[in-house]
Amino acid sequence: MLRYLLSRVLQCLVTLWVIATAVFFLAKLIPGGPYDPDKLPPKEIREKIDAYYHLNRPVAAQYLYCMGRLARLDLGPSYRYLDQPVQRLIARHFPPSAVLGLLALTIALALGVPLGVYAALRQNRLGDWGTLALAIVGVSVPNFVLGTVLLYVFVYRLGWADIGIVEGPRLPDLVLPALTLGGFSLAFVTRMTRASMIEVLRQDYVRTARAKGLPQARVVWLHSFRNAMLPVLTYLGPLAAALLTGSFVVEHIFHIPGLGEFFVQSIEDDPPAILGVALFYSTLLIVFNLAVDLLYGFADPRISIGAQERK
Amino acid sequence: MANEMGQGNDQRTGEPPAFRRSKAWRHLRRNRGAMAGVVLLGLMAAAALVGPFLWPFDYAGGNLAQQFLAPGRVHWLGTDEFGRDQLARVLYGLRVSLIVGLVAAAINVAIGSLYGGVAGYVGGKTDDVMMRLVEVFYGIPLLLFVMLLMTVLGRGLLNVFVAIGLVYWLGMARIVRGQVLTLKERDYVEAARTLGASPARIILRHVLPNTLGVVIVAGTLRIPEAIFIEAFLSFVGLGIAEPRASLGSLVAGSLGNLEAQPWLLLGPSLAISLLMLAFNFVGDGLRDAFDPQMRA
Repeated sequence: MLRYLLSRVLQCLVTLWVIATAVFFLAKLIPGGPYDPDKLPPKEIREKIDAYYHLNRPVAAQYLYCMGRLARLDLGPSYRYLDQPVQRLIARHFPPSAVLGLLALTIALALGVPLGVYAALRQNRLGDWGTLALAIVGVSVPNFVLGTVLLYVFVYRLGWADIGIVEGPRLPDLVLPALTLGGFSLAFVTRMTRASMIEVLRQDYVRTARAKGLPQARVVWLHSFRNAMLPVLTYLGPLAAALLTGSFVVEHIFHIPGLGEFFVQSIEDDPPAILGVALFYSTLLIVFNLAVDLLYGFADPRISIGAQERK
Repeated sequence: MANEMGQGNDQRTGEPPAFRRSKAWRHLRRNRGAMAGVVLLGLMAAAALVGPFLWPFDYAGGNLAQQFLAPGRVHWLGTDEFGRDQLARVLYGLRVSLIVGLVAAAINVAIGSLYGGVAGYVGGKTDDVMMRLVEVFYGIPLLLFVMLLMTVLGRGLLNVFVAIGLVYWLGMARIVRGQVLTLKERDYVEAARTLGASPARIILRHVLPNTLGVVIVAGTLRIPEAIFIEAFLSFVGLGIAEPRASLGSLVAGSLGNLEAQPWLLLGPSLAISLLMLAFNFVGDGLRDAFDPQMRA
């Protein structure tokens, strides 16, 4: 177990290094430097700025310097905000995104799982068809369409909510963005739970439980539910990825000063910020995936962690 | 001829693969949702192909005197801030979406098949290293890399092909590798090797053709995802450049005038949602038909 964990952590570090290298060189190809191309500062000042960012050294030296700094968990100064280290910018922009993401995750799981179980229990009846129809529409409507429609209906037409969360997020105003962000996942989790639940309910041991005369609730929740949840658990990794990348769209539509919007704004002219956010997101996802894998081992005793290392 | 398709029997079912495939097609044709999806897709493709020739307005040329017209008899979906006909732009965007979907998915399939095919066929250490690399990139937000590539390459249709095509082949590589791994143990491959066929010939002639069914299904599923990614890129301003239109950039454009000209949102959002819906129906049908485990 410990050995498995160690090897996984080592693997994650290698992954992060590969990502850092790829992003570093890609970002090097973005034209422009740490100054405004329309009003270039005088040469001496430019040289000072270049030296501050180590841009006067060969690319290989810059790369080594950058990796050394990353190893010390320092992301370096941003191009756009000269005196601000990227980690401080991330720390400032992450909280709204995190609140939003957690809310969306809660919506997707807390609504999706019960809806899926409900649909499975009413298979091929009206409730099932209704849920399925909603779910297929939910996976089809892109998040940027859903967000814009919600914005129009609930903010502009009905006036039930506000946008532009500047001083700390307020919960009612977060409902629309969270619904936009979690909408796809909610629909996906619903479909997945339904399919998996139907599959499990057909198993022999469920029929046995029923034949013994156990009450419906006991059969559903004790005998079926836990096994039906296993495939849903594997979706948690991609779900987290969807929430991260969805934030680019949602924060833009609802004017939320989060990390997704920060990344979109930085992408054209702030390589240190790009590298920082890319690494931050990747770390988040990798850690999350690792946690899900470990969780999977606990949830399903048939899988022994460590043995599954070489799939 | 039929024999060539059905070389070797399937080890699990004992039926020739061609037969299994035809059963899958029959299953697919009976699936009402999938057929509805196919019809919807056909209609939208026809509109995207022929529509711009029939519709009297151009997607790029506008008349500033006619900006922000509400939908009416002349401009069915109204006009935008430059007086451009919104329906013409939606039709153009639909065309862009379909082209991006097809081309980007084809690039994904090509790269993924080649990569997965080589890894699976060569096996051993090479396979280990190649698949480790895929694993490394699998767990990270790939959209970030597509966005970065678009920034480096600059906006434009061609670069959208390249960026999406270069990044999203990982799943394809995994699928093809798995297929090749099982196929290369088959007797007829062994026979070809014994007869002295070169590895290239074995891969191209004996292994890859037999992965075709799986590749087609997985490749079809890649199309809507590529379409979504293009629309997303254009929505955040990294995809198709003005004056060209993309369904994503059209939704983004309507966002700025949402309060006064909400009708601009209608066309592009309906078009992209219906497109995704149709692909989802077809995709579900394909999965049902080709995955015997899912078949009830």
